[in-house]
Amino acid sequence: MPKGSSLENPEPRTRARGIQLLSQVLLQCQSLLLEKEVVHLILFYENRLKDHHLVIPSVLQGLRALSLCVALPPGLAVSVLKAIFQEVHVQSLPQVDRHTVYSIITNFMQTREEELKGLGADFTFGFIQVMDGEKDPRNLLVAFRIVHDLISRDYSLGPFVEELFEVTSCYFPIDFTPPPNDPHGIQREDLILSLRAVLASTPRFAEFLLPLLIEKVDSEILSAKLDSLQTLNACCAVYGQKELKDFLPSLWASIRREVFQTASERVEADGLAALHSLTACLSRSVLRADAEDLLDSFLSNILQDCRHHLCEPDMKLVWPSAKLLQAAAGASARACDHITSNVLPLLLEQFHKHSQSNQRRTILEMILGFLKLHQKWSYEDKDERPLNGFKDQLCSLVFMALTDPSTQLQLVGIRTLAVLGAQPDLLSSGDLELAVGHLYRLSFLEEDSQSWVAALEASGALAALYPVAFSSHLVPKLAEELCRGELDLAKGDEPTKCSRHLRCLQALSAVSTHPSIVKETLPLLLQHLFQMNKGSMVAGTSEVIAICQSLQQVAEKCQRDPESCWYFHQTAIPCLLALAVQASMPEKEHSVPRKVLLEDEVLAAMVSVIGTATTHLSPDLAAQSVARIVPLFLDGDISFLPENSFPCRFQPFQDGSSGQRRLVALLMAFVCSLPRSVEIPQLNQLMRELVELSCCPSCPSSSTAAAKCFAGLLNKLPAGQQLDEFLQLAVDKVEAGLSPGPCRSQAFTLLLWVTKALVLRYHPLSSCLTHRLMGLLSDPELGPTAADGFSLLMSDCTDVLTRAGHAEVRIMFRQRFFTDNVPALVQGFHAASQDVKPNYLKGLSHVLNRLPKPVLLPELPTLLSLLLEALSCSDCVVQLSTLSCLQPLLLEAPQVMSLHVDTLVSKFLNLSSSPSMAVRIAALQCMHALTRLPTPVLLPYKPQVIRALAKPLDDKKRLVRKEAVSARGEWFLLGSPGS
Amino acid sequence: MVGGGGMGGGLLENANPLIYERSGERPVTAGEEDEQVPDSIDAREIFDIRQCRARAGTESLFLYFPHLIRSINDPEHPLTLEELNVVEQVRVQVSDPESTVAVAFTPTIPHCSMATLIGLSIKVKLLRSLPQRFKMDVHITPGTHASEHAVNKQLADKERVAAALENTHLLEVVNQCLSARS
Repeated sequence: MPKGSSLENPEPRTRARGIQLLSQVLLQCQSLLLEKEVVHLILFYENRLKDHHLVIPSVLQGLRALSLCVALPPGLAVSVLKAIFQEVHVQSLPQVDRHTVYSIITNFMQTREEELKGLGADFTFGFIQVMDGEKDPRNLLVAFRIVHDLISRDYSLGPFVEELFEVTSCYFPIDFTPPPNDPHGIQREDLILSLRAVLASTPRFAEFLLPLLIEKVDSEILSAKLDSLQTLNACCAVYGQKELKDFLPSLWASIRREVFQTASERVEADGLAALHSLTACLSRSVLRADAEDLLDSFLSNILQDCRHHLCEPDMKLVWPSAKLLQAAAGASARACDHITSNVLPLLLEQFHKHSQSNQRRTILEMILGFLKLHQKWSYEDKDERPLNGFKDQLCSLVFMALTDPSTQLQLVGIRTLAVLGAQPDLLSSGDLELAVGHLYRLSFLEEDSQSWVAALEASGALAALYPVAFSSHLVPKLAEELCRGELDLAKGDEPTKCSRHLRCLQALSAVSTHPSIVKETLPLLLQHLFQMNKGSMVAGTSEVIAICQSLQQVAEKCQRDPESCWYFHQTAIPCLLALAVQASMPEKEHSVPRKVLLEDEVLAAMVSVIGTATTHLSPDLAAQSVARIVPLFLDGDISFLPENSFPCRFQPFQDGSSGQRRLVALLMAFVCSLPRSVEIPQLNQLMRELVELSCCPSCPSSSTAAAKCFAGLLNKLPAGQQLDEFLQLAVDKVEAGLSPGPCRSQAFTLLLWVTKALVLRYHPLSSCLTHRLMGLLSDPELGPTAADGFSLLMSDCTDVLTRAGHAEVRIMFRQRFFTDNVPALVQGFHAASQDVKPNYLKGLSHVLNRLPKPVLLPELPTLLSLLLEALSCSDCVVQLSTLSCLQPLLLEAPQVMSLHVDTLVSKFLNLSSSPSMAVRIAALQCMHALTRLPTPVLLPYKPQVIRALAKPLDDKKRLVRKEAVSARGEWFLLGSPGS
Repeated sequence: MVGGGGMGGGLLENANPLIYERSGERPVTAGEEDEQVPDSIDAREIFDIRQCRARAGTESLFLYFPHLIRSINDPEHPLTLEELNVVEQVRVQVSDPESTVAVAFTPTIPHCSMATLIGLSIKVKLLRSLPQRFKMDVHITPGTHASEHAVNKQLADKERVAAALENTHLLEVVNQCLSARS
């Protein structure tokens, strides 16, 4: 063991340097030391602790290195700690060295727990002396951690509980603001949480802590109140009745005062949370037989102080009181029983005492709050359920609310009804019949939209629980109403009848929440659709669309249950197809209603029904269905349609009429929603027919549907030869079509959809196709369309290529498209001739607009010059999207933007008088965001801007004026005192 | 009056005041979204302009001017001036064709020393938010304040309003009421 002369040098500084060198060496090689060496070193270092104070820091570093040694023999940890406690006055050391002491203790506590416990309370006492007076936040975090471990690992505290509490609680509540540019990154919150972990770690602190908490809740400082309430909340997790007993009256008084009087929502929330935990804690404790149950007296106290406020529904304290009671009642089943059995009769009585709707609404809303709490607890014994006794009164009260003229009261009534219904076995069949009657009435209310929306929602929720009540009392009424509607429609349109009819359809779909109800409502709706197309009456487009929307909602509700899903699919799809095929047949007498089904809007509505009914099918059932539907379109095999005597063949892909071709949209809806694993029969033929049809110039909507269908199928095909063949087929067709001729725009549409299908799945060919698309931006004929095409590439479709429809959509496709293509777009813009430049800007706008803003922000500064140029572009779409890109940039990167303040101010002001309202609004929002730039940069512009913004204050549109008011207000405040 | 543990924020003069319902956000109508249809300036619009002032105002006063709020009751409650009925839509009269606005506000108690300040803030907010063609009149609801006449006179006097706004301290208070950032 080398001991150079410097270790024995009479000059303390030299000794310190020597020891420091040794300590650093030890730190590097502590894992290699042998037991014998460690013993020797420890003895040396312990002895050095007695040395001159200049030497101590180096000695401590050496001890820290040794405390990490695995080879440390038993007994030495204790002796090191004893030596430190005895020889070193820790709090007179610099911060780093105090930290070293804490590290030594922490290291030993991690590896030598048993030995340290052997020291008994002396260890605790030693540590108390070490940390007493600590001020540095870095050290405090470590020290709090040590105290927490002392308590949670059950070290002996002996007679020093109060001392340990004092030495930590003196920091409560934490008052610490990190210095600016703090390299250590310690936040106030870190200290608060670690101190709270200590204070709330043991019931033994309770007698000291609770008075402190009460005192701090009563203080005037907001952060102290919050911290105290949160700490109290944490304490309740480990406390019991014994600890809380003496302090309950004071705790309740403080919490009550805070909730009643506070100006801060956070204090209120924390106060309520603390009351909740207190009650939970009291409910949890096991009692000795002779002990008084504190829960009862505590709750009685709360009731006594809050009850009378519930009787004054106009006054401010009514809600704080209700919230306090609900916070306590939410803590346990016992508390809930105690409070509701007291409060419910009172509230029921008050409801009848007060006659004004708004007072009744407040009372009913409180009742609702208490009822909701009951849902948290399940009662095994039916007779014990505390609500049973109030059921009749509650029901009659809810029905009163439902018949009240006030919408607000109705709304609360509906919500209360739903909550009552959700209580198992509470409502009798008589109650349900009445409830269904009320809901039926509310569903047809004309004036206010809120009530019937709520009524429909409640019907849906209750129908799932009580299907029998709804199918026996509601569905027949709706069926009758539907029939009456058919007759009325036949007679001629009256607006009120029309809306009744619409409400009826919506009600039918709303209650289809249970499989047994669907089996009644779906046939009704389909039957109705048939009737509408029988030719006996003039069915308008909007009525047919309404039925389809209703069907679509039913389909959505069926998705959750595989059996209903198949039922819906099997029943509805053949029906819809039969109707559509029937309508597409050429007829001698061209009756109008049949053709309604072929209109674009109606077809779109049917597409969404078919899509929704298909996406959730299991693969084997879907395979059954596809084996019938594809032959229908390719071979005209109509055998599975319910009414299949048609005057001529169905051949949409051959020489069929344009009406038949339009139905390809329905094929698209079906095949593009199938799970990827379902194999499509005759795929090869189907794809060829689709490509052919997509470039057929006769009917734009059927060729677009064919292109979408082709793209949808392409997206799902696994990579391989077949996919490559189809792609080649499409590329050839596109190139042939794009050459001058009649079907350039059809070829472009096909190119666009195929590109989209590939972009979504990151197919390697996608970049090549995107490039082709970009080339078309400078095409004089297709340029503007190509620019708009970028919007389609970046947006989500609703009918094909959706994630719900099992398409392969990679999450980051937009980001990837942005990185891959924006440089080329920018380059193209600079190279393009003046007349096609706007196309590039527009394309770029679409890409930027759809990108998530957080992704976009770091990239924007490089595009800034282009964006500024785009502000001068005359196209509204470009202006709008540029403004919406710049607005977040102004908020996030004001420094970069302030370089361009001159351009920005003049362009924004210019656009604030644009003819387009949306552009004016966006420009004014940007003017508002501009105030985030550093004030000195803006001040020279202030007079000019304030003058200029006076003009939009008198804009003819209110929404524009609103933005002008807030923008101008902010500009006034710039550089003004008090802003 | 319940509570008042002695050490907490002191006793409120009126701990359980009558509260009024807050009107919701103004829904955007189809007409407002139509480019062609002009929307005239109506009472609700003026009310909304003042409403944001009222909300921001109470809060910022509460945060920054504890010495001022001692003298009035309203900001002691976490309620907006609207909920306390200091401002009401029915007390706003506006005529877009004639370019006139009249606003009445109701101090919660007849001796409210903040009345002039509230009035001044309303006036400044309107000056900043309405087209110049409007002639505006801000006054106290008749019979609701002890020195109603004097306050009204001050608020109607253009020169006194202008002079008040040159007082840095007053401007600071008014701006704080108007700042949406608090």
